[in-house]
Amino acid sequence: MTAARDMTAIPVIEGWFTTGEEPRLVASRCTACGTLVFPPPPPEAASFCRNPVCDGEQHEPAELSRAGRVWSYTDAQYQPPAPYVPTTDPFEPFALAAVELPEGLVVLGQVADGYGVRDLAVGAEVELVVESLYEDETGERTIWRWKPVVELGEEADQ
Amino acid sequence: MSNAIAVAGVGMHPWGKWGRPFVEYGVHAARTALADSGIAWRDVDFVVGGETVRNGYAGYVAGSTFASALGWNGARIATSYAACATGAQALDTARARILAGLSEIALVVGADTTPKGFLAPNAGERWTDPDWLRFRLLGMTNPAYFALYARRRMDLYGATSEDFAQVKVKNARHGLENPYARYRKEVAVADVLGSAIVSDPLHLLDICATSDGAAAVVLTSLDYARRHGLGGAAGPVRVEAVSTVTPTFPNTVIDMPLLSTDHAAGGAPERTFKESLALAAYEEAGIGPDDVDVAEVYDLSTALELDWIEDLGLCKRGEAEVLLRAGDTTIGGRIPVNPSGGLACFGEAVPAQALAQVCELTWQLRGQATGRQVEGARVGITANQGLFGHGSSVLLAR
Ligand SMILES: [Zn+2]
Repeated sequence: MTAARDMTAIPVIEGWFTTGEEPRLVASRCTACGTLVFPPPPPEAASFCRNPVCDGEQHEPAELSRAGRVWSYTDAQYQPPAPYVPTTDPFEPFALAAVELPEGLVVLGQVADGYGVRDLAVGAEVELVVESLYEDETGERTIWRWKPVVELGEEADQ
Repeated sequence: MSNAIAVAGVGMHPWGKWGRPFVEYGVHAARTALADSGIAWRDVDFVVGGETVRNGYAGYVAGSTFASALGWNGARIATSYAACATGAQALDTARARILAGLSEIALVVGADTTPKGFLAPNAGERWTDPDWLRFRLLGMTNPAYFALYARRRMDLYGATSEDFAQVKVKNARHGLENPYARYRKEVAVADVLGSAIVSDPLHLLDICATSDGAAAVVLTSLDYARRHGLGGAAGPVRVEAVSTVTPTFPNTVIDMPLLSTDHAAGGAPERTFKESLALAAYEEAGIGPDDVDVAEVYDLSTALELDWIEDLGLCKRGEAEVLLRAGDTTIGGRIPVNPSGGLACFGEAVPAQALAQVCELTWQLRGQATGRQVEGARVGITANQGLFGHGSSVLLAR
């Protein structure tokens, strides 16, 4: 485990999101019509445009907006079955949100550590963060998550 | 030119949790449906099985498995898989051969033995399979998707947890006298609200279980039914439409097991996928929502039943709670929904469930739904949705 911790955190899946200070989801964009698809197909895979009136087959990576509005939300109060990888024993519930991005996609994600359904509402603003999902033999694996954006007025109330 | 065919017979094996081979349930349902139709097995010329993906090779070739278990009779066979819409797709396959004049008598069978707990993907690592990825990356279970839809009803239309609980209370009461239902017990609002929250806002009793069960339908051409006097003076129950349409791009409601919607650059489309499923059935049959007397809808969760009522055009968007609270969707009300007790009383047996809806509506339209009869029902509609763009709506009339 010590060896694993010395390794850098790497995304649990390659090419779906950027890391760093301002992480973003990476969609694929059809070079013919601009239709975005998330998650993006693997780079080596053929990509047939989802838009039925477009026969585009070329695509390029396209970073999506960091901030969006909650379309809906829920949580998992029981441990999901495999291939979910539990990281605590006993299981600790986590929240999930479907977030509408300005580009016109709704993307699912877990909600950032420390936030639950009480911190969410349909229409509320959230932004993308990258956090640890689990550790495997290669080290810490990270995932994108949605973090509620606390309004200034609410901050003053706390 | 009508696209109708006759429902000559229906049969079910009760829903439960016994862990016996699915073939036993399926053969029981098939023999019951054949007996109900008065047609001999040797006269069936087409068998369609609903595939089960959790029971090995025999499940993958379900049509052959059932035909073999009934004793090879030389019929043509097919197997359908369309997730929760499997039964309806199997029905549609049978209908197509009958309408084409290629078959005269078809037997459609769906049966399943299901594991306990959450439905989870098969074992193995599959980094390109969205159904595997949603568990691995997000821990996104089926109830979590149902909960997203439920929460939207609350935040957009003012639905309450009590409303959801009332759906369960109603369906539990409907199913009390149904001999095929797995759960036949009154449930109170307090029972639902007192059960554990699985995925907020849904409680354990808001979410349907997984069950063993089987349903079968014997179908014939209208011409065959006429020549053999099926259904007596009133004639047989007819399948007037089977809709199994896919979504239309862009699908802007997030669907199991996906992690994202389509890209709606130009805004949301005119209709959602679930609305289009019903519309295709109405258009095919030339029947409208105002003609419908009874509906069997896929209440994977209590809240989802309310969505379906609107998707079927039985009321305006956001008004299903009004119908529920007024008792309109209860037997004896204006438009009873899930008189069988629905998935709330059955639990889901995937390949059998859409066929079970057809069985129930057939009994309703024949006036044979003892203890749960919707008086004078002439037109019934089913609705169901599965994974990967599958869904169905079947219109039956007599
Ligand atoms: Zn394109």
